[in-house]
Amino acid sequence: MEFHELTLKELQKGLSNKEFSSVELTSHFIKRVQNSELNAFITITDDLALVQAKKADSIIASGKMNDLTGIPYAHKDIFCTLGVKTSAGSKILDPFISPYDATVSEKLNDSNAVMLGKANMDELAMGSGNENSFYGPVKNPWNISKVPGGSSGGSAAAVAAKLTPFSTGTDTGGSIRQPASLCGITGLKPTYGRVSRYGMIAYASSLDQAGPMTQTAEDAAIVLKTIAGFDERDSTSADKTVPDYEKSLNNSLEGLKIGIPKEYFSEGLDDGVKQKILDAIKEFESLGATVKEVSLPHAKFAIPAYYIIAPCECSSNLSRLDGVRYGYRCESPKDLSDLYIRSRSEGFGDEVKRRIMIGSFALSAGYYDAYYLKALKSRRLISNDFQEVFKEVDVIMGPVSPTIAWDIGSKKDPVSNYLSDIYTLSVNLAGLPAMSIPAGISDNMPVGLHIIGNYWTEERLLNIAHQFQIQTDWHKKSPKGID
Amino acid sequence: MEWETVIGLEIHAQLNTKSKIFSGASTQFGAKPNSQACAVDLGLPGVLPVVNKEAVSKAVRFGLAVDAHINQINVFDRKNYFYPDLPKGYQISQLELPIVGEGKIDIMVNGESKTIGVTRAHLEEDAGKSIHDLYDDYTAVDLNRAGTPLLEIVSEPDMRSAEEAVAYAKKIHSLVQYIDICDGNMQEGSFRCDANVSIRPLGQKEFGTRTELKNINSFKFLEKAINLELERQQDLLEDGGRVIQETRLYDADKNETRSMRSKEEANDYKYFPDPDLLPVEVTNELLEQIKQELPELPHEKKARYVESLGLSDYDADVITSSKAIADYYERMIANNSNAKLCANWVMGELSGALNKEQLDISNSPISPEEMSLLVERISDNTISGKIAKDVFKALWNQEGGVDQVIESKGLKQITDTGEIEKIIEEVISNNSAQVDQYRSGNEKILGFFVGQIMKATNGKANPKQVNDILRKKLA
Repeated sequence: MEFHELTLKELQKGLSNKEFSSVELTSHFIKRVQNSELNAFITITDDLALVQAKKADSIIASGKMNDLTGIPYAHKDIFCTLGVKTSAGSKILDPFISPYDATVSEKLNDSNAVMLGKANMDELAMGSGNENSFYGPVKNPWNISKVPGGSSGGSAAAVAAKLTPFSTGTDTGGSIRQPASLCGITGLKPTYGRVSRYGMIAYASSLDQAGPMTQTAEDAAIVLKTIAGFDERDSTSADKTVPDYEKSLNNSLEGLKIGIPKEYFSEGLDDGVKQKILDAIKEFESLGATVKEVSLPHAKFAIPAYYIIAPCECSSNLSRLDGVRYGYRCESPKDLSDLYIRSRSEGFGDEVKRRIMIGSFALSAGYYDAYYLKALKSRRLISNDFQEVFKEVDVIMGPVSPTIAWDIGSKKDPVSNYLSDIYTLSVNLAGLPAMSIPAGISDNMPVGLHIIGNYWTEERLLNIAHQFQIQTDWHKKSPKGID
Repeated sequence: MEWETVIGLEIHAQLNTKSKIFSGASTQFGAKPNSQACAVDLGLPGVLPVVNKEAVSKAVRFGLAVDAHINQINVFDRKNYFYPDLPKGYQISQLELPIVGEGKIDIMVNGESKTIGVTRAHLEEDAGKSIHDLYDDYTAVDLNRAGTPLLEIVSEPDMRSAEEAVAYAKKIHSLVQYIDICDGNMQEGSFRCDANVSIRPLGQKEFGTRTELKNINSFKFLEKAINLELERQQDLLEDGGRVIQETRLYDADKNETRSMRSKEEANDYKYFPDPDLLPVEVTNELLEQIKQELPELPHEKKARYVESLGLSDYDADVITSSKAIADYYERMIANNSNAKLCANWVMGELSGALNKEQLDISNSPISPEEMSLLVERISDNTISGKIAKDVFKALWNQEGGVDQVIESKGLKQITDTGEIEKIIEEVISNNSAQVDQYRSGNEKILGFFVGQIMKATNGKANPKQVNDILRKKLA
């Protein structure tokens, strides 16, 4: 068995038993990253990785190993990393070398994980196909003419192509779950407030949440344990104990109540995808779960509400990227307004500009009530829907994406891109935890099952996903040519 | 036509917390440029604000001091605009739900008391400083001040003259120092006033169009700027023109106000609640705790001075007009039962000398304890009030302590009746003409004798004894 064929859990065991060293492991993955043509990385930190691997080996030798000590990973380029370029896929931050570590980076460093590099992503986390990166699109390892999903497209493709045992991702409207679904890996978006946002370049502050992208639910449990937790530097992070997510992985699913929202199986859902999802849900019935149809009547407001709230927040969050203190600055500005206008016009891509424009418009005097306030009201209704449903069932299941991955360059209309987020957005609007796990292959492309839980039920979600993965081997399927 | 003035003030008081409102960086004034700006203050990508609890407490303290409603749930909003000294491209402030709601404060103008409404007070962060004259082709930006906590105190348009506006501003200035939330340093910009000024025909209910005066950094300039603007508006209206709603900058050097931007050009700040911050909760426990910790407020102190020390309303008002004066006075009366005489000396000689040398009372060369002793020496008849003024001068010039000065200069009052009698007899025998005048009914001539006696004793004779003995001898 080669290193990349092992799960994180297996690598952890091997390192702990000193069957191999982190340096060996790291060198192997660096080679794979360097030989990959998927464009999954913006920056490869091979030198740094080897330094970290050596340090990890000495820690392992001293017997003070942590969960992720010596394990290589790809870090989404949205997390600030001290001394390493942190671009968030944008030209405007292309020259930005972060002078500090994000809390998530710090936690990974503290556990002596080994960073292989910074993963490619849609510019500033805006996109569903990873086609909006300043550094070019990422290719889906299952079919390189297709998108890997977005915005954590590089993170997902890297795990699917086995360039890394795990990746970090962030999810504002589906950016962990949708690429996980389209690339056939496991992705978890935790409850809002579970993982600190400090040092994560903000897209939409009230929706952004970081989480693990892995081969298996068990691996996701290990990574989440490390990165989760209260951070006094993030006022929106929750002061709640982090459970040992591995502990309950083997709990039985007997009596689990699954809700199937009828709104998630209506028009627009691809037949092939639908079939795989229904098959997966049947599998749960065989594990002792009961299934019930439920309704999320305000689900239809998710897209409009999200595409008001997220742009409003981003229009303000991105104001600091002004060419004054760091990042890209236009050539010889003639005055202050020229500096602002050209630095931002040249530095941002089309999709980012579009959302800044939408947000600025919606927040303008005279429009605020009609757009922003209305969107907030819709958000509350969407949230209430979930709470009603969770009175009856333990989890909600459905598709992550209405379709399998599409061809790079095929979606010219931004709205058709927005529509692909239909099942994921409401989870962010409500702040709930949710996962995508591999549930089948349709048209030679992977399909992800969406599992949505109530607040702070990550432990249960991981348990449910793990039991499914014991029963099935969809998560073990690899793209052709990658083994 | 007779015009009525309408003024409202917006005061920015810099809260004297050790660290900034949303970061741990120091708020110390005068440090090397950009040496007190951390990642949060610089607005680096990914950083997040965390509310300084001390700033919240200080804002609540202010609210309680002006008898205001405290919004126990209050919300931070983002005020969006681009400027190089505003690192995030937005200022975190409070729009819809400020921490302090409606309150009030009393002012005294020409011996009359008037209540001025406080509309609200909200927390916000200060911007950095743009320095335009350091380089030819560049503007320099110093972000040390960025993120310094401010309390913006907005008044009702309740003031009817520049004098009232100044009285209100001074009252707030004094209050924030009393309750130790702001150092009140106007030169360093710790306390800044903007004035909203309009006029209307006397008797009209609707307000006239207002202008906002900015860049005022002293009470003297506040009065000047308002009066200039009133004149300008009156001239405009009387010439058939109209006032445009705009922001005007006061230029102290030229003593003029000039237009900065009109309402039409005003920014749309696109306010919305800051999603990085949860609503601030002021719990009942915290509110109670802050109430308990609140020091004696100026109006409470004033009432105590009148009621238990017997000071006049006016004296009590002057003494409590600033925390520094009140503190000085309190130290004086700590071991001195003649509170009234102490007040006279603080308001008279001491404040005259301080004014002359433009010194703050906290920098007085004479300590309150020495001043107290000086008053004591008048009370115990060691020196007369008049001689005390000479002692005061000596104290001011650092010539020694009270008793030392009295001793070394031989200023001790003559209270030996025999000695005084001897001098009086001498004066009487040398001025027989005046004695006759007195005896024929001219009582006023008594002053002449007192003067002569004082001259002979270098002012050291006890005036009361002189008077008594003199009357007896002349009778």
